[in-house]
Amino acid sequence: MSFLAIRARGIGKRYSIGAAEPYRTFREALLRGFGAPLRALRREREDPPTVWALRDVSFDVEPGEIVGIIGRNGAGKSTLLKLLSRITAPTTGEIELRGRVGALLEVGTGFHPELTGRENIYLNGAILGMKGAEIRRKFDAIVAFSEIEKFLDTPIKHYSSGMFMRLAFAVAAHLEPEILIVDEVLAVGDAGFQKKCLAKMEDVSHEGRTVLFVTHNMPAVTRLCPRTILLEEGRVRLDGPSREVVGAYLESGLGTTASREWNDLRTAPGDDIVRLLAARVCDEEGRVAPTVHIARPVALEIEYEVLEDGHRLVPNLHVLDQKGSHAFISIEVDSPWHRRERPRGRYVSRAWVPGNLLAEGTFFVDAAISTYSPLRVHVWERGAVAFQVVDDLSGETARGDFGGTIPGAVRPLLKWETEFMPADPAAVPARAIRGRG
Amino acid sequence: MSEKAVATASPEDLPILYIRPSSMSLSAALGELWAHRELLAFFAWRDLKVRYKQTALGVAWALLQPLFMMIVFSVFFGNLAKVSSDGLPYPIFAYCGLLPWQLFAYALTNAANSLVSNERLVTKVYFSRVTLPISSVLAGLVDFAIAFALLLVLMAYYGCAPSGGIVALPFFLLLAVGAAMAAGLGLSALNVRYRDIRYALPFLTQVWLFVTPIAYPSSLVPEGWRTLYALNPMVSVVDGFRWALLGAPSPGATTVAASTLVAAAGLLASMRYFLRVERGFADVV
Repeated sequence: MSFLAIRARGIGKRYSIGAAEPYRTFREALLRGFGAPLRALRREREDPPTVWALRDVSFDVEPGEIVGIIGRNGAGKSTLLKLLSRITAPTTGEIELRGRVGALLEVGTGFHPELTGRENIYLNGAILGMKGAEIRRKFDAIVAFSEIEKFLDTPIKHYSSGMFMRLAFAVAAHLEPEILIVDEVLAVGDAGFQKKCLAKMEDVSHEGRTVLFVTHNMPAVTRLCPRTILLEEGRVRLDGPSREVVGAYLESGLGTTASREWNDLRTAPGDDIVRLLAARVCDEEGRVAPTVHIARPVALEIEYEVLEDGHRLVPNLHVLDQKGSHAFISIEVDSPWHRRERPRGRYVSRAWVPGNLLAEGTFFVDAAISTYSPLRVHVWERGAVAFQVVDDLSGETARGDFGGTIPGAVRPLLKWETEFMPADPAAVPARAIRGRG
Repeated sequence: MSEKAVATASPEDLPILYIRPSSMSLSAALGELWAHRELLAFFAWRDLKVRYKQTALGVAWALLQPLFMMIVFSVFFGNLAKVSSDGLPYPIFAYCGLLPWQLFAYALTNAANSLVSNERLVTKVYFSRVTLPISSVLAGLVDFAIAFALLLVLMAYYGCAPSGGIVALPFFLLLAVGAAMAAGLGLSALNVRYRDIRYALPFLTQVWLFVTPIAYPSSLVPEGWRTLYALNPMVSVVDGFRWALLGAPSPGATTVAASTLVAAAGLLASMRYFLRVERGFADVV
């Protein structure tokens, strides 16, 4: 016998659109009510146009499962969360939820600026669905987590935004529902705060709770969620292992893909000397690879047409992480064409990024071609291609058995040497030394 | 909702929640309201706390409002217009009517605006929606209690003794609250859809004030109109208060019965309407 935590069957949500003003007025309502014969004359007051934000969405979630939900803006993610958290009702279908549901669609909902930190903890806790006794029990833990002890009795309108976020997340993090629904909460706040949130999410996932996690943070999805649901235009497009789903999403949804081609030489990126024809991310077999495993090498490939003889062209690739910071820049030096003038023609240059170099996450590749002395940049296509590096918990990668967040743009698998000097059997046991202190 | 429901509880013990397109039944809604009773208190507490923190006079407003109204009424209706006050000193006659009226008007206005002014909450968290308008009524009760203390002082000053009807006072208080909720619940839900309500409210309460015997006794109303008049539950409430506290003529069983019936029917209809449109609030607000 198995019990599902979430069972969604054919759920759909239809919204009225077109009505420029979201609130109807009495006059209209009255006209609608009493003016049925008039309506034929007025002819414009037909049923308002509608749009299905979600259509026929079905899925099951087992207790303890952690499921990521991804999709472009407008794909229906937020609507799905609103339905699951009961904020709005579905137009069709049925959802069955087993256990207490805690929804975090926004951090700090219901906080009142005039009230003190202490008062807001109680108020916000109650709004999120905690009982008074429960809040009292967790109060100290919440305060400790938020690190705002000193300002507990200050109205939160005097808080810095960082303090506000910490306090708000602290309350939410101590809600202990069986089913936790989390929206892009992590998109706000500084890097340190985001890290704390992710760490807390991981804790939650280890406690055997069911988590639905909606985000644009692809590394977080692939690491936290074994399974991901991809929504597209209100329907479930893919539902499966995160690595595959995220890969497919990156290929289809981001606008930046693992492979791009410019077919018209006149408009392709570049100038009269050289133009870019294509950029690709490929695996060892030469296949276009939107997703690569952290331990496998990956080829960053550019294809370009040299239009003028006699230039010492220097192709270079800039690899940036999701935040837009450079992981590295690689310049073509190890090649027979290094420091040589190139005749006209078509070239393909491939840079091999070894396995166990980049950290997990999404990387964007800028493709550039320059000449030196004087320095001239002929091609610089920002975000020409993108790819996803995924890690796993096999224990074979640089992450070892650690399941948490690892900062850094690189994650090399380094050679470690550890020397061991056996203890002198005659020496005092360590336990005895500790006992003395 | 079990308090100790934790992740380790075996799945078959966990409560199951069904989310369907249909709206909630009245009994389910009341059950949920009961489960959220602490939240109800928290909302009322928040409204009071914020109001007292933001205003310079704070709690004093609960006293000043009926007091000034009493003075204005006494000067214009009592002294200048010489409106009858059933043999009672006009100031206490007016104050005793203003007391439940202020509760009613405060509760009605705040309840009607509660969903719109808590828009962010409504669109971001789920909780029993009726807690918002109902908590406004609760907050009104606190002001009422403060203003009531002043009535006791006035009664001692004018030497008015309560009649045996004092035992019925809680009933009239309940009737005032019921009437405020009947109107407030429905209007709060309407307000989400039609923002006209916000502007119609001051007008509505003003008209309602005149069709309630606050500045004048209901004995001024012609006999033939009394039944129609009694359909306003606040008629019974105000007359009931004066009868119970000041020994004025009793409002009469028929009037009270009619008022109670109207308030109860209104509350039921209001609640039904609220539940019917409740699930779409987040889409419209």
